[in-house]
Amino acid sequence: MDTDLFVAWFEETARLVREERDRLTRLDAAIGDADHGTNLDRGLTEVCKALADSAPESAAEVLTTAGTTLIRRVGGASGPLYGSVFRQMGKALLTPVTLAGFSAAFEAGVVAVERLGKAALGDKTMVDALAPASRALALAVRDGVSVQEALDQAARAAAEGAKATIPMQARKGRASYLGERSIGHEDPGAASAVLFMTALATVAG
Amino acid sequence: MKKLINTAESVVEDALNGMAAAHPSLRIRDHVVYRAQGPRRGKVGLVSGGGSGHEPLHVGFVGHGMLDAACAGEIFTSPVPDPIIEATLGVDGGAGVLHIVKNYTGDVLNFEMAAELVEGVEVASVLVDDDVAVQDSLYTAGRRGTGATLFVEKIAGALAEEGAPLARVAAVAQEVDERSRSFGIALTSCTTPSAGKPTFDLPETEVELGIGIHGEPGRARVPLAPARELAEVAMEAVHRDQPLRGDLLVMVNGMGGTPLMELYVVFAEVAAFIKGKGARVTRSLVGNYVTSLDMQGFSVSVCLLDDALTRLWDAPVETPALRWGR
Repeated sequence: MDTDLFVAWFEETARLVREERDRLTRLDAAIGDADHGTNLDRGLTEVCKALADSAPESAAEVLTTAGTTLIRRVGGASGPLYGSVFRQMGKALLTPVTLAGFSAAFEAGVVAVERLGKAALGDKTMVDALAPASRALALAVRDGVSVQEALDQAARAAAEGAKATIPMQARKGRASYLGERSIGHEDPGAASAVLFMTALATVAG
Repeated sequence: MKKLINTAESVVEDALNGMAAAHPSLRIRDHVVYRAQGPRRGKVGLVSGGGSGHEPLHVGFVGHGMLDAACAGEIFTSPVPDPIIEATLGVDGGAGVLHIVKNYTGDVLNFEMAAELVEGVEVASVLVDDDVAVQDSLYTAGRRGTGATLFVEKIAGALAEEGAPLARVAAVAQEVDERSRSFGIALTSCTTPSAGKPTFDLPETEVELGIGIHGEPGRARVPLAPARELAEVAMEAVHRDQPLRGDLLVMVNGMGGTPLMELYVVFAEVAAFIKGKGARVTRSLVGNYVTSLDMQGFSVSVCLLDDALTRLWDAPVETPALRWGR
């Protein structure tokens, strides 16, 4: 897993988010404030610009640059939350990057966002997609499967996790203001987390 | 939906340029609105901010007796840490800076990060969480900050203007938040310039109870009723949470798309309700102060006053949106 792969990860995520922007915003309109697609699109465009300008030399640098850019440019909750995932991941990632090392760094990123957002599995947030993805990566490492197979499994776990947010009642973020009315809608943060994981599996192939 | 904008992307910037052109008392740089004359030595600085689309909150409350700076985020999106740090450094007169933060996950996270990163300035924070439509429990992000933000900014601003130290300014801000409750009702959704269509669909015959200020849906939807009944629903919710008593500061706030005439219709009902509970409206405000773009509807905010708070409310203020006594 080299530096270019990580740059490509964010470029592909930016492309996917642009493509799915209206769907993310629609999901957010149902239980939030209808800006998730727009904000993430803006943030990832900035991330790609920052990566092109700074020419990072390691995967860790790609991740911290992306994280810092998201924190400094996106605003709202998703900026600091996604930003913290990638900053922490970058801090924890060792060079050269192995699947086991990436899995451990990913776990550190998920722990960081759980702490910052005070969210746990089942609260109907991005954690519901990220934590299963992290667990899938760890299992893949244990089972000794290929990088591609591991990332595919992580993407599937994220997608299943996002789908599982539909019947949940939100306990964090703006959706929690709706109480029971938040039930029956997919969480937009979990949906965008799926795009990140799908993009990673795509560019690894 | 028709909008008076140039482009959806530039609307925040364009509006700030208009504020700068209209109000020479302000200086605007990088989406932060400052008092033009800069910080006063020895005065606690007050910084607030949040997503745009709630005007005049917060940018219209910068000036003598109220805020020293306000950070304007994208529409309904909290500002990022950098401008909050800039604002904090820019208003410090050596006595520290109070951050006034509405309780939304994004605002809380970004102001927290800014407070951690800023160096050489003592920072205190107060969270405004007055909206009784949200249960304050482990199962929500906590109550939202809405109309009481204006009360906090005005009263803490008056105390800061008198030269009180940071701890006292923070304490009075906290006290005003604790004494304040709000509840909002929407007749329509709002339309963000980037979406171009209403955030949620609300039939002609229904209203949304317990709305926030970002076009997020409320707790329940009920048939449209006369203003008297809607005012009662809002006031019952406020009264149930904090019984009305003594002298009250009462604001009937428009959400941006409701005529002032209708707000006065609501105020009459609110005042009658309060009288019925044996309390008194001693200070009041009616108008569009904490808005949600073009949403139709109102929120009512009530603060239990005492003599000290009444005096601070009456103190001179000179901002684009609130001015008296000077």
